Amino acid sequence: MKFTVMVNEGPYQHQASDSAYKFVEAALAKGHEIFRVFFYHDGVNNATRLTTPPQDDRNIVNRWSELAAKHNLDLVVCVAAAQRRGIADADEAKRNGKDANNIAPGFRISGLGQLIEGGIQSDRTIVFGA
Amino acid sequence: MSDEMMEGGTQKKFCYVNRKAPYGTIYAWESLEVVLIGAAFEQDVSLVFLDDGVYQLTKGQDTAGIGMKNFSKTYAALEMYDVEKLYVERESMEARGISEEDLLVDVQVLSRAEIADLMEEQDVVLSF
Repeated sequence: MKFTVMVNEGPYQHQASDSAYKFVEAALAKGHEIFRVFFYHDGVNNATRLTTPPQDDRNIVNRWSELAAKHNLDLVVCVAAAQRRGIADADEAKRNGKDANNIAPGFRISGLGQLIEGGIQSDRTIVFGA
Repeated sequence: MSDEMMEGGTQKKFCYVNRKAPYGTIYAWESLEVVLIGAAFEQDVSLVFLDDGVYQLTKGQDTAGIGMKNFSKTYAALEMYDVEKLYVERESMEARGISEEDLLVDVQVLSRAEIADLMEEQDVVLSF
């Protein structure tokens, strides 16, 4: 089955990102396809590489990046939600006159159309958080 | 967007479920942003308002004191985006003492059971 997954809450504050990660991991292990993971609301905070959790805790951001690299996942961060919350890639930082970017490897910034397209193209759309 | 989608080759039933009050958190506003962008995809769109989400549609919203944008007029403009199916849960309205005259747009009021049936028919349910 082909899935689109939506993550609506930030890391650590809320379990949504952990649950979504576990879902994606389990779905892939069962041979399903993940069409896209879309990060919205505070979920965009899952995409900052500046995250520095204590060493004895899971690194939620790195975990997504590693899973994306391993399975060629499409991790998409909503541009409007990202701009509000200070998540930027090199292009976005330049376009908005910022002195730095912070996007983690494996994530890309794009529009809400990517979520709708995910819903159209996938057999199921699963929402975590909100 | 692919040509096929623009031609209406794929149409699914999208349901946006709005459960939270309009201000205090950003969910209502960012939900509306998805609805507005999603309208370009020409899908079969329904909006459901329940729990505190029914407050999103109430008349007389005034955000001057909290420094936030009053986006309530946007709901009345949804028609121009061909988003015309707005459903409000009767039980949520009754629990909050809200009647249809208090709402700023025409809606269809459904019971909790009818809302459940509506959700059952959907292909994609996005909850906010």
